[in-house]
Amino acid sequence: MMKKLSVVLACLVAATSSLAVAADKLKLAVDVPYEPFEFKAPDGTLTGFEVDLANAVCAEIKRDCEFVIQAWDGIIPGLLARKYDVIFSSMSITEERAKKVLFSEGYYNTPSAWFGKKGAGIDVTSMDAVKGKKVGVQRGTLQDDYVTNNMGESVVDIKRYTTADDLVLDLQGGRLDLVFLDFPVGESTILKNEAYEAIGENVQVGNGVGAAFRKRDTELADQFNAALKKLKENGAYDEIMKKYFAYSIKI
Amino acid sequence: MDSLIALLDNNDIFNVTTLLHYWSGFVTTIQLVFLSLIIGLIIAVPLGILRDSKNPLISKPIWAYVYFFRGTPLLVQLYLIYYGTAQINGIQDTIFWHILSEAFYPCLIAFVLNTAAYTTEIVRGAIRSTPKGEIEAAKAYGMSWRLRMRRIVLPSALRRGLPAYANEVIFMLHASSIASVVTIVDLTGAARDIYARYYAPFEAFLFVAAIYLCVTFTLIFIFRKLENRIMAHLQPLSH
Repeated sequence: MMKKLSVVLACLVAATSSLAVAADKLKLAVDVPYEPFEFKAPDGTLTGFEVDLANAVCAEIKRDCEFVIQAWDGIIPGLLARKYDVIFSSMSITEERAKKVLFSEGYYNTPSAWFGKKGAGIDVTSMDAVKGKKVGVQRGTLQDDYVTNNMGESVVDIKRYTTADDLVLDLQGGRLDLVFLDFPVGESTILKNEAYEAIGENVQVGNGVGAAFRKRDTELADQFNAALKKLKENGAYDEIMKKYFAYSIKI
Repeated sequence: MDSLIALLDNNDIFNVTTLLHYWSGFVTTIQLVFLSLIIGLIIAVPLGILRDSKNPLISKPIWAYVYFFRGTPLLVQLYLIYYGTAQINGIQDTIFWHILSEAFYPCLIAFVLNTAAYTTEIVRGAIRSTPKGEIEAAKAYGMSWRLRMRRIVLPSALRRGLPAYANEVIFMLHASSIASVVTIVDLTGAARDIYARYYAPFEAFLFVAAIYLCVTFTLIFIFRKLENRIMAHLQPLSH
């Protein structure tokens, strides 16, 4: 009996002491994989533009950071439920989201683009040409809003996916005619296969991407803003950007 | 009616558009579950009878089928049938692609195969628990296997299997929520869309939970009525 009790006590002590350490760490949520912003390297380590940038910010504000992998669907509820303190996962700044979370200044913006099979010859600016086509988007993204509002369910058949992986798989499997994605994501997934191409002009949607905090964490947001500003000015930002992009996404 | 529309217009989340979205999701869920159960049952009854066949060429493949589909998660089966088939080289040019290119049919196939496996075991168990005396009596009358099945074994076995089958129906309804992972907008899919659009998990999911609950209670009610009716001969006599 005593033995059992002491084991339980030891466990409790271990659990509480690890909690005390964890409390100092700043937890950042990322939705993986979202190449080249955050993805796992072949050896399993987390890497990508935002991961590097977040590490630079953490060094700047002198906090220990830890990444938490969280699927996109639950990323805002997870923040509000204090599972982590910051969302650093290509979250575009929108009015609807700003009702729930506090955004930092934008730290990048990328264009969105249409992708499809090479030589399919679909004119994405013409409503007649896209009528009845199956269009894939990631559920709840700006691209989803763009297609839903500009074309609508009555014109195109909108298929919503939870992850970009599933969407690319269905495009390659032939279940989709077109997809509307963030350009860099499409570039590093769809365009790797030569049978596919970006269709038409790139489209700018939204106000860029910011880190998201709980509304009351204004102090943390200020720290992030100051750090990001400094990194953009001292060239560290450009260095990280060049590692992953051939073009500028700086704002 | 007008006041209802006015009320809905002032609501952020439950407006006419989202309610229609929920409605189409509800219709899809009911279609999917109903079709899976009907087709599954049609497959399962013969399989349940043949499962105990003395010929190993018949009983072993059925055993393997039931073992596989009861032994793996429905989600994995759905992924295999939806994403797996699309990876087969050249399948896009075959006639099967007409069926597989829409998300609904791969999903229906996965559900049918899954529910049929479970129902097969229910049917088999019910047949096995037929009282020996009834079978012996039938044999004594000189009934053939076929006649015995039709007149004696199946009528009582299907009655005995009904409570277990009612559970399977309800499990199927709940399991159908995973259809939303392959782009089907069923009830759960509709909730996920609305959740993603308004960032309102409680409103979106509590609402569908309530709908699932209503459907479940309706099913329970129907099955209880059915049980009372067809199993009346097994109930204790009332005074």
